[in-house]
Amino acid sequence: MTNIKAEIASRVQDAYHNRHALLIKAGGTKHFYGRKNEGEHISLLNHSGIVEYEPSELFITAYSGTSLTEIEQTVDSQKQMLPFEPPHFGSTATLGGMVAAGLSGPRRISAGAVRDCILGVEIINGKGEYLRFGGKVMKNVAGYDISRLMCGALGTLGMLMSITLRLIPKPTCEHTVAISLNTSGAIQKMNEWANTPMPITATFYDGKDLYIRLSGSLSTIETCTEYIGGDPIDWNDTFWTNIKEHAHEFFLTDLPLWRISVPPNTAPLNIPGPCVIEWGGALRWYATEANAEDIRLEVERVGGHACLFRGNTTQQIFHPLSLVSMNIHRKLKHAFDPAGILNSGRMYAEF
Amino acid sequence: MSEFIGLASLTERFHQVLPEKAVLAKKEQLYPYECDALTAYRQLPRLALLPSNIDQIKAIVDICRELKLPIVARGAGTSLSGGALPHSEGVLLNLAKLNKIVEIDPNNRTARVEPGVRNLAISEAAKPYGLYYAPDPSSQIACTIGGNIAENSGGVHCLKYGLTVHNVLALKVLTIDGEILELGGKSFDSPGFDLLSLITGSEGMLSITLEATVKLLPQPHKRNVLLAAFDQIQKAGDAVAGIISSGVIPAGLEMMDNLTIQAAEQYCNPGYPLNAAAILICELDGFENEMNSQIKFVQKIFNEHQASEVRLAKNEEEAEKLWMGRKASFPALGNLTPDYYCMDGTIPRKHLAQVLESISKLSKKHRLRVANVFHAGDGNLHPVILYDANKQGELETAEKLGGEILELCVEVGGSITGEHGVGVEKLNQMCVQFNEAELNTFYAVKAAFDENELLNPGKAIPTLHRCAEFGAMHVHKGNLPHADLPRF
Repeated sequence: MTNIKAEIASRVQDAYHNRHALLIKAGGTKHFYGRKNEGEHISLLNHSGIVEYEPSELFITAYSGTSLTEIEQTVDSQKQMLPFEPPHFGSTATLGGMVAAGLSGPRRISAGAVRDCILGVEIINGKGEYLRFGGKVMKNVAGYDISRLMCGALGTLGMLMSITLRLIPKPTCEHTVAISLNTSGAIQKMNEWANTPMPITATFYDGKDLYIRLSGSLSTIETCTEYIGGDPIDWNDTFWTNIKEHAHEFFLTDLPLWRISVPPNTAPLNIPGPCVIEWGGALRWYATEANAEDIRLEVERVGGHACLFRGNTTQQIFHPLSLVSMNIHRKLKHAFDPAGILNSGRMYAEF
Repeated sequence: MSEFIGLASLTERFHQVLPEKAVLAKKEQLYPYECDALTAYRQLPRLALLPSNIDQIKAIVDICRELKLPIVARGAGTSLSGGALPHSEGVLLNLAKLNKIVEIDPNNRTARVEPGVRNLAISEAAKPYGLYYAPDPSSQIACTIGGNIAENSGGVHCLKYGLTVHNVLALKVLTIDGEILELGGKSFDSPGFDLLSLITGSEGMLSITLEATVKLLPQPHKRNVLLAAFDQIQKAGDAVAGIISSGVIPAGLEMMDNLTIQAAEQYCNPGYPLNAAAILICELDGFENEMNSQIKFVQKIFNEHQASEVRLAKNEEEAEKLWMGRKASFPALGNLTPDYYCMDGTIPRKHLAQVLESISKLSKKHRLRVANVFHAGDGNLHPVILYDANKQGELETAEKLGGEILELCVEVGGSITGEHGVGVEKLNQMCVQFNEAELNTFYAVKAAFDENELLNPGKAIPTLHRCAEFGAMHVHKGNLPHADLPRF
């Protein structure tokens, strides 16, 4: 083990023996996300660097403290990209934070989520043991899929030390068109088009206009644009960056911001307040002071879940789990972190 | 494991919750279940149970929990790793009767199905809507979605469209405690840990799948198939890397070596070039112009890698014919030999040629023929070892050779199984891939779901004891692993 790995493992071992809580940090860009937890700060920011990147193998392995920008620039130089277009939420965002938060950006509708692209991880568990799961090959079914389990677990199951991700080639062309529609019409159109093989790689509805991004060869884009109609916008990249980074004006709000995940074809929800829609209808953001329980009830009615993403006025951030599920969550937490020292309480109060 | 309870009383207990015909106890009734597609391993269960609804499954699980009887769930029994091999002290839970497609939701592009629904039946039901279910294991005509979830099955198209884990949106599972756990939904994510990923590929060790909601994709606009022949395997391997790094992701990219080519030609006459050292079959799909330019591009790469022949299917019929030999590879190889043993290692693509060369050496060393047919695009090898179980010692030699091939895969940075699962056959190689602390993590995960180890016990994860005996655990910093374990 390198010095830094050994040092981190030893700090976790101490915390395990002394039963004192740790708060895992790196770039601090997603600090707002999740419940507030306490503990001695342990930083992974210095555990950085790309370990292995071979374009022909379509994967990259890097230490968790590696800057997300560095990773994106590195793979971009070989005309490749992270498939899921992750939000950074700040210039210091790291690979580890990205996986721990498990948040995916606009391209998620076509290329999959962070969890879909994880090939392997190395972690330090709550006893300070260094463990490796998965690997760098696309297909690997040896043992339980611990790598994907780490994604979105907010560091509650282990400290991510290194991560291997699948990459995809960058499309040769991208083009965005805008079409004026009402909310129901926009939801209907997004789903109608999703039923065709058109390479739609992002959608955004702002309440007035539906933005559709197409990716592929010029000829495919021309064929599809002709079919879809609408007006082209010529600031494709900035537009989608602003969406994923929440720099679009909708997100510049002081109101609590709700992230609502529903089946894509769900009719407009009965939740007051401005709303924007991504992921072909499956991801809806609301800026609203509406009562949290009302929101959750409405979302449950349609088979979705709601997360209080920003502006949290309560500690109940994520959608409540069923009793059976909570019971399994607690046991899994205990399996990885028996002393309950790793980011405990960050996701749910119970673990 | 279980307290002894006579067969008659046991049968009687299950008759209380199941119709008489759904409890099989006679030997002749149990023989069909003694093995799955890995026929080298055989074991009769005490009983085979055929529930037809969730209430009956729940009642079975309640009895098994009370009596501490192991449960092995089974779909179509097409596992190539012995995942559905019965337990001598337990019951075999045949889920084949739960074969309803509950809902096709064309607007959200999902299918909700019971575990015994066949993989291909989902695509057939989705076809009228222009949709299909992407993962296509070669056994898709027979294998069930429940088994696909247990094994995280792949197929020839997973290079572009992903494995089962990428295509399952929601699961309703029964825990050994008799509780129903609902995971995921038609939305694109769910709160809490990603239990959907954890259960997919868990080889029936964590829960029993009662229902699955899977993603349906629109059928591609157009598709076509190319065949390229090479006089050296190295050139074919390099061409694969050339395609993948060029920015084209084919829908499928498969390699067959000369032995497999010969076997396929004898079996179904796909018209393959018989003198080639290897052929690649490459499927491309998409909108017509884009697909055509990708075809030209791939043809160019094949030529740059000195393909001796490049063929493009002129129509759908020809495309099917090019695929036919590949899809029939296993039965074709079966014609060459009384028995064969199919391996499933994955490796980084860049090591293809080197690993194939080493496999050829191992084949000579053990004096058994090995055919290679595999998913080249994602580095998933299927070396097929040809042997004759009636010849003394050949099965053991085949297993030894297979084990050495898998260890070779791990050595170059790959995995012992890409899509077939560990089951009972790769337990020793798990000791090569994982160390003690990692195996302990697996035991802890198992215990979080199934403390008494009643669900498919003995599969997928080896005991530390077994690894100590196998003697292949990682040795870290020169320390002998698990010094606390007795040595024999």
